[in-house]
Amino acid sequence: MSKKAGYRELETEVLIIGGGVTGTGVMRDLALRGISCLLIDRKDLNAGASGGNHGLLHSGGRYATSDYETAAECRIEGDILKNIAADAVDPCGGMFVAVEGDNPEFAADFPQHCARAGIPCTELTATEARQLEPALSNRVIAAYRVSDASIDPFKLTLANVEHARLLNDSNYLPHMQVISFEKNDSKIIRATCRDHRAEIDVKIRAKQFVNATGAWSKMVAELAGCNDVNLLYSKGTLIISNTRIAHGVINRLRPPGDGDILVPGGTVSLLGTTSDSIDNLDKILPTVSEVDRILKEGSDLIPSLETTRFIRTFAGVRPLLMSSDAAEDGRKASRGFTLYDHQQQGLSNFATIAGGKLTTYRLMAEKTGDLVASRMGNKNPCRSAEIALPTDEGVRWTEPGYSARHWFKHSDASDLILCECEMVPQSAIDEVIKLAPGAEDEMTVQAIGLRSRVGKGTCQGAFCSMRVTSHLYDQHIYNNRNGLRHMRDFVGGRYKGIKPILWGEQMPQFELAETMHCGLMGLDLFEDGTKQQVDSTEHKP
Amino acid sequence: MIKKTRQYKSQLAVIGSGIAGCAATVFAQARGLNTTQIGNSGALAYTSGYFDLLGADTTHYLKKPWEGLKQLRKSEPDHPYCKLTDQDLFNSFEEFINTLDKMGLGYSSPGVNNHLAMLPAGACKPTFCLPNTMIKGAQAMSDKARVLVIDFIGLQGFSAMEIVANLKSQWPQLSAKRMTFPEMETGAQIFPEVMARALEVPATRKEFARRLKDIIGDSEYIAMPAILGIHRPDFIQREMEELVGIPIFEIPTIPPAVAGIRLRELFELQLPKLGATVISQKKVQHIKFEDKIIRLLLEDSYGPVEIEAEKLILASGRFLSGGLKAGQHEVKEALIDLPIHQPDGRENWFSESYFDPAGHSVNRSGVMVNENFQPLDHQGNVIDKRMYAAGILLAHQDWIRQRCGAGLAIATAYKAVNSIVSKG
Repeated sequence: MSKKAGYRELETEVLIIGGGVTGTGVMRDLALRGISCLLIDRKDLNAGASGGNHGLLHSGGRYATSDYETAAECRIEGDILKNIAADAVDPCGGMFVAVEGDNPEFAADFPQHCARAGIPCTELTATEARQLEPALSNRVIAAYRVSDASIDPFKLTLANVEHARLLNDSNYLPHMQVISFEKNDSKIIRATCRDHRAEIDVKIRAKQFVNATGAWSKMVAELAGCNDVNLLYSKGTLIISNTRIAHGVINRLRPPGDGDILVPGGTVSLLGTTSDSIDNLDKILPTVSEVDRILKEGSDLIPSLETTRFIRTFAGVRPLLMSSDAAEDGRKASRGFTLYDHQQQGLSNFATIAGGKLTTYRLMAEKTGDLVASRMGNKNPCRSAEIALPTDEGVRWTEPGYSARHWFKHSDASDLILCECEMVPQSAIDEVIKLAPGAEDEMTVQAIGLRSRVGKGTCQGAFCSMRVTSHLYDQHIYNNRNGLRHMRDFVGGRYKGIKPILWGEQMPQFELAETMHCGLMGLDLFEDGTKQQVDSTEHKP
Repeated sequence: MIKKTRQYKSQLAVIGSGIAGCAATVFAQARGLNTTQIGNSGALAYTSGYFDLLGADTTHYLKKPWEGLKQLRKSEPDHPYCKLTDQDLFNSFEEFINTLDKMGLGYSSPGVNNHLAMLPAGACKPTFCLPNTMIKGAQAMSDKARVLVIDFIGLQGFSAMEIVANLKSQWPQLSAKRMTFPEMETGAQIFPEVMARALEVPATRKEFARRLKDIIGDSEYIAMPAILGIHRPDFIQREMEELVGIPIFEIPTIPPAVAGIRLRELFELQLPKLGATVISQKKVQHIKFEDKIIRLLLEDSYGPVEIEAEKLILASGRFLSGGLKAGQHEVKEALIDLPIHQPDGRENWFSESYFDPAGHSVNRSGVMVNENFQPLDHQGNVIDKRMYAAGILLAHQDWIRQRCGAGLAIATAYKAVNSIVSKG
């Protein structure tokens, strides 16, 4: 690394743009072939669809009726992930259920479609279904058991990055956005990036460039002068309950619609999902009407949802491949993926991987790895399906319940619990800021939250953000007013996913949070409070 | 076993035992109204101890609250403060603070300007009246004095380093030290309330003072989290200062904080001495407006309780205290189902940004009242002449953002009680 006037320079073999599950998957895939990479993200890991989904590891059942190929892919890839990322997977099983009012013929055809895609599926009586999942409505008319599972996309992404580091020191840099590419004939030479944290430009020289920016991949491809990527954006909103409502995944057995899936996520459940086509990626926020829509639909299947306490909602954008009949309806668009080699666009060292699903991310990474490796003359085969992901320090704190088990096991009373909802102790925070992928100086509470359970519980960060911030000051990670600014940004960010579900028991919780953050911490008028202090001292003789 | 219903009769029933409810009881007893107060004072533990009159106009902090009030009366004609004169506001604070003082909890007197005071994490805000145990902090900050902020091994959420890091650019002589608290040295979590109760014991104070003396160096003041006792903080502060040899002041802590526990326990102990009947930690379950009497029904561990009152002040707080309830589509008053002024639909409850200077519309929802603080329906008619409302459950105010929670509680209770007295 050298310093030149106004910008920094970096060099790597492969620059991967996009820190979602696909980009980090490509990073791991290439590292397993002995190729060294640098991964960058405009924000941080899983900032797009990889962090905005329900963490479902598809059995393939959802697509058995409409998209046979994707269904089969999901089945195969699901099995692989259960092997290589066992730590991130909850093999909870799943069910497809139809209730009174749903089309009985659609339900009756389901086992045939599954059989065609090779997806194991067992018919259940309504009574059996309700014995397995007592939360189900008593108006069940058909039910089938499938091998759905849930997966922690944060653990997966962190483990991908960590694996690449362990293999060959491949590196990851957050808040680094590509602004332009420098080309020479058919090759990209350098990418100019903006480091939003250090507020400096960074020029990154590489042999190969991979665009894995999900919903943003059309824009990044265009920066390189490629106009061949065409995507359909479909916004999906989900809500998270305070407790786990069901043991396994519950799918509504009907053509896909709002509120038709409930996925367990450790100690909570995630209910989704809407699908609304959008043109603009600037503001992807869940709304009150989306939340109400999901709940109304979902409660046909699971009546207790009407009185369930929800702690959060979030939205993601599915980057779907444009096909002729998909233009109007995101639900009909293919869940398949495409690897663009951009050869037709006159580039020989740039690739874009787009579309696909969380469940098929490894396969997407493999295909990308094959192309990049062959372009570099590397003949090593893909090994990402055989070698397990690491589970070492720094990447273990996103798992629900892990912090609590760790704390009890070590039984050190002086290792104070900073987040009481999720029982995250000081030692976990200390490990994250030292060892987690993407850890850096003056780490924000938000970045710590991404790498741990901080802020994920019932209080949604209201209390723990204050305690974690104090701890970071004690550890000299923060040395000035920026620490409280980071905290303000963190709770301001969490708010966006809290606002649409604020009623009932969450309302007192929110009132308490606002009392603390504004009244007691003065975060709403933080800059003005600072000014007051300056004024009051300047007027002194 | 059928438990016998216990019956109470009083001229006034006050529902709520936060600052508004307790202020109402204080004012009512002082005016010869025999009062029964019922309520669950949970939310009182969330106060910093500072009493705000008006600390912000939502975009800026206010140094001069009385000038801010003039502006407020122009810009927000529906604000509850517009039903009060400056004299009402000042007198209510003065009477309430004098009563607290007599009860043994000293506060600074209401004045012309707000004091710039320290907040738990190192930010500052202007406030109107401060507990005696905290007032020296405002002075020390404005003097940029040599202050040593101490915190404790095991005490969460209060970091001397954090306070110093945030204030040092304007206050270079501020420094931080961490110490152990007597008999709580294992490193395990310790709590401000437990520390405060321990400091009620002379031997703990002596040992604590000895440890402080070891570390103060040439400091002019010691600042510490609010832990200087529950029942006699002013006395404990004085004794500690004598033992250590320099002035000591407290900085508020995040909840549950000692400053609020002090107020709660003070009222529980002292309100009965004023002649009031206090049924604490219970909520009224049902209320009947009969021709001649208002009947309040509840149940405690000894059985059913029935209270007959001629007049009622509702000071049951907002969502956190259970005075208001938020359904999926509308806000309701929890006990009587009073009409609530509120935004149209949940889409309009909250602003897009958490820290929007305008605050959130739902925080301005609440009970509508006339100039006597009698609840009104949507057409502006008094609902029941015997009923009054006070405190933060009132509509058209944002007590969090405007920094006016204590002022609303004290002054609206004052006006409600005075209205009752003047109407006979």
